[in-house]
Amino acid sequence: MSENESIKKVSIIISKGSLESIYPGLIMANGARMKGIEANVFFTFFGMDAITKKKMNKVKVATVGNPAMGIPTLVGAIPGMSSFATNMMKKQMDELDIPPIPEFIEMISDAGGKIYACLASVDMFKLKDEDFCEQLDGVLTVGDFYDLAAGGQIIFT
Amino acid sequence: MEKLIAGQKVSITSEGYLTDLSQWNKEVAIEIASELGISLNEGHWKIIDFLQKDFKQTGKIPTIRRMKKEGNISTKDLYDLFPEGPLMKACKVAGLTKPVSCV
Repeated sequence: MSENESIKKVSIIISKGSLESIYPGLIMANGARMKGIEANVFFTFFGMDAITKKKMNKVKVATVGNPAMGIPTLVGAIPGMSSFATNMMKKQMDELDIPPIPEFIEMISDAGGKIYACLASVDMFKLKDEDFCEQLDGVLTVGDFYDLAAGGQIIFT
Repeated sequence: MEKLIAGQKVSITSEGYLTDLSQWNKEVAIEIASELGISLNEGHWKIIDFLQKDFKQTGKIPTIRRMKKEGNISTKDLYDLFPEGPLMKACKVAGLTKPVSCV
């Protein structure tokens, strides 16, 4: 690929289920669509929390095992601490007009981005089609995902 | 730099955004849009009107989310009407600056 060739397609893998792990991938996917770049988002393992009806509204910031939070792990483990940090972060994001996860998924889908779940994770968590938000475009094997990503860039988060 | 658009001398950035909204008029919009391969219809004008109105009120380019919430412009329509870079193209046609938000 030559140095100045523009990116035509990105396929973004979201593999973790905390708020701070899910948002970067969503922002990258939405930002790609805003630039006219084709975007696929592939959710695997706990990243699938972002697209399951039961959990997509309940994703939280990790306050334990997250040194960047700047609070001691023991303090982070106090009940309610994760909800507190989550609410703070959600408020700040709302001020920047970054939508809550369910609305963000809808926005990416409306923008033409594709939403996929990983078959191995779906089987492992024993999920059914009806467990997912309506924007889900399909459940893919890893092989399917590579076919879909062919010719573009793959970003793992 | 300066450019002749629709028979009118306007000042633009290197990326083609107008630097002075007062130099904008509908003929300028039609010509910028046609350079982008877009022929303006009622749906496009609704978006342009909202962008300009909101920019005048807030001093900022609205996000796509705000356009939906405040301007009643569905995200699907926006992407259909201004394909491949909707907010950037719509702002260019509306005579506004290049949007700088990540969302």
